[in-house]
Amino acid sequence: MLISHLSPLASSLFSLMAIVSLLLAFVMLGSRWLNNYLYAFAAESWVIAALSAAVAFYGGYPELYLIAALTALFRGLLLPYLVWRIIARLNVTREIHEILEPSSSLVAGAFGVIFALAVSYRIGDSLGLAGTVAVLALTIMLSMKLIGFLMLTVRHEALSQILGLLVLENGIFLGAQILVPGMPLLIEIVILFDLLVVVACFGVLVRYLVAHVGSTSSLDLNRLVG
Amino acid sequence: MAGTLLMVLLVAPAIAALLCMGIRSARLAEFVNLLASIVVFAVALPLAALSAGGPYYYLDKYVVVDVVGVWVIVCTAVVYLLASIYSIGYMRLLGEDGKLWSFYALFAGFALTILLSSVMNNAGLYWIAIELTTLVSTFLVGFERAPESIEAAWKYIIIISAGISLALLGTVLFYWCGSFVLGPTYAMTWDTLNAAAPKMNSALAALSYLLVLVGYGTKVGLAPMHSWLPDAHSESPAPISAMLSGALLNSAMLGIARYLAITDAAQSGPVARVTLVAFGLVSLLVGALFIVRQSGVKRLMAYSSVEHMGVIALGFGIGGPLGIAGALYHMLNHSLNKSLMFFGAGNAMRSFGSKDINRIHNLWSRFPVQGALWLAGAAAITGAPPFGLFLSELVILRAGFERGYDWAVYVMVVLLIVIFIGFLNHFRSMYFNASEESDAPVRAVSRWCVAPMWLALTPLVVFGIWWPSGLWDHFMMAAKTLSAAVR
Repeated sequence: MLISHLSPLASSLFSLMAIVSLLLAFVMLGSRWLNNYLYAFAAESWVIAALSAAVAFYGGYPELYLIAALTALFRGLLLPYLVWRIIARLNVTREIHEILEPSSSLVAGAFGVIFALAVSYRIGDSLGLAGTVAVLALTIMLSMKLIGFLMLTVRHEALSQILGLLVLENGIFLGAQILVPGMPLLIEIVILFDLLVVVACFGVLVRYLVAHVGSTSSLDLNRLVG
Repeated sequence: MAGTLLMVLLVAPAIAALLCMGIRSARLAEFVNLLASIVVFAVALPLAALSAGGPYYYLDKYVVVDVVGVWVIVCTAVVYLLASIYSIGYMRLLGEDGKLWSFYALFAGFALTILLSSVMNNAGLYWIAIELTTLVSTFLVGFERAPESIEAAWKYIIIISAGISLALLGTVLFYWCGSFVLGPTYAMTWDTLNAAAPKMNSALAALSYLLVLVGYGTKVGLAPMHSWLPDAHSESPAPISAMLSGALLNSAMLGIARYLAITDAAQSGPVARVTLVAFGLVSLLVGALFIVRQSGVKRLMAYSSVEHMGVIALGFGIGGPLGIAGALYHMLNHSLNKSLMFFGAGNAMRSFGSKDINRIHNLWSRFPVQGALWLAGAAAITGAPPFGLFLSELVILRAGFERGYDWAVYVMVVLLIVIFIGFLNHFRSMYFNASEESDAPVRAVSRWCVAPMWLALTPLVVFGIWWPSGLWDHFMMAAKTLSAAVR
C-alpha cells in the first residue's frame, strides 16, 4: 500500500493538492459565468495532473508520469478548448437559468462534503486507516461526485451539464491516484480517450439542440413527460 | 473452437458496420446488416452450447466466454436478428433512404458493443464497453431528428453518463478493496475479485457495491434511475427500441449480477440483496403506476421494460439456483416478447400515424393477423400462461418463498396483477373501442414488419409449455458461477 509508508511531506503535499481541487470545485459551483467555470475546470485538471506526477515521484510508479502528461494535455488543454469553442460559437456566456442561487448551492455543496466526510470516516475506521490521507482522498472523491451531481441538477445550460459530468469524473481521477495508484495503466488511458469521445458527441448533440429545439437550456426539453 | 466462434461473433458486426460506411447504399446496407445478424445468431447458439465446457479465456484473460456472459450474448443475438429483419420493412417507411447507411452502420456497431460488453473479463474494460454502447446508441435514439428525438437523446446521454460515472467510482473502490488482499497492482478480472472477496473489508465492499448498483442500475433502467428510459425507448425507431430494451438492458444487468456475487462473498450479501430486491420492487411499482395512466403506445412498452427489469432484479436479488435460473430465463423471454411488442407498436404507429393510444382503433378488424400476434404478445408480457414469461415469473416467486423473501413476493404479485389489468385495458381500447373516425386513412405495413412477430411469438409459446432440460442445466451452471465464492 502506498498510503502506509508515505513520508509526512508527501502526505501533506497530496492533501494540499486534493484540497485545492476541492476548492476549485466550489469555485465552479459558485460561479455564474461559463468562462470562469471553464477556467476553474482547467485549473483543477492541472492540479490533478500535478498530483499524478507527485504520486509517481513519491510512490515509485513511473507510468503515472505518462498519466500526468495525458491528463494535463487532454483534460487541462484539449477538453477546455473544445468546450470553449462551443461556448464561443453559441454565444452563451452566462448561466441564464438558475434554480438555485450560487450562494445557496455553495451551502448545499458544503452539506455534501460533510456527508462525504461522515461516510469516509466510517470506512476509514473499519479499514484501520483513520487519520491518513486515504480518508481525505475518499472524502474528496465522494464530495466531488456530490458537487458534480448538484451542478447537473441546478444548472440547465447544456454546456454546464457537460462540465458537471467532467467534474464527476475528475473526482474519481483524483481519488484513484492516491488510493489505487497501481491500477492498470490501460484503463486510465482508455478513460482519457473515452472522455474525449464523449465531448465530441456532446458537441454534435449541442449543435442539434440548437438547430432542432432552438435552445441549449434543458428547461426547454419538456415535451416528453409521464 | 470456442475461440473461432467468438471471433466470428465479434468480427461479423464489425465488418458489417465498416461495409455500411463504405458502400453508402440503403439497400445494400440493409442486406449487409441482416447477413451479419444471421451470422451472429448462427454462431451464438453453438457458442452457448460449448460454454458448458468453459470458461474459456482469451487475450491474456481480458476476454472470457462463460455460461453467464454467453446467455446475454444469446439474448442479444436473438433481438439483433429479429430487429434486423424488422428494420428492413420499418426503416423504408421513414423515407430517409439517403442516410439509412449510417443507421445500419450504427446499428451493427451497437450490436457489436453489446456483445463486447458481455465477454469482457476485466471489470474496468466492462465499464468501458458499457460506456461505448451509450455513445453509439445515442445517435440511434436521435436518428429521426425530430425535436422529441433530440430531447430523448440528450436526456439519455446525460443521465446515463452521470449514472455510469458512479459505476466507475464503484469499480475503483472495488479495486481498492482488492488491493488490501492482492497487493497494489493486479489484473481486475471477475475471478480474481471473486477469489479475493472473502478477505475483503465488508463495509467498503458494501459501499462499492451500492455505487456500482446505482451506476449500472441507471443503465438497466431500475426505478428511480429510469427516467431516461421511456423517452429513449419511445422516441427511437422501433427496431432500436427493441434493441435497447431486449439487449442493452440485459448487458448492464450482467454487471450487477457479477458484482453481487463478489459482494456476497465479501460478507455483505444481505445488504446487497435487500437493496437489489428493493430496487426491483420500486421498479415494479413505478412501472405499474405509469402503465395504468399511459397514453403513448411506445411509452407503455417502455414502462413495461422498467417493470420487467424490476422482475429480473428481483430474481438476482433473491438469488439461489431457482432465483438465478428464473432471472436468466426471464431475460430471454423478455427479449423475445419485448421485441414483439415494439414491432407491433411500431406497426400500429405507422399504420395510424400516431403514437397516441386513443387514436388507434379497431386494430382487430383492420389487421387480423398482425393484430392477433400483437394481442398474444400483450397477454404474454403481462405474465399470462401459456407463455414463457409466466413460467419465469413463477420460478422467481417460488425462489422468493424458498429464500425467505415472502414480503417481496406478496408485493410483487399484487403489482403484477395491477399491471396485468392496466396493460390489457389499453389493449381493449385499441382493439374493441368503436371509433368515431373510422374512415381515417390507414396504411398497411410490409411483410418484413410482420414476419419477425411470428418469429418472436413461436419460441415464446414453446418456452411457456416446455422448459428444455438443456436450458435448466445451463442455468444451474450459471447459478454456480454466480455463487462460486460463497461456499
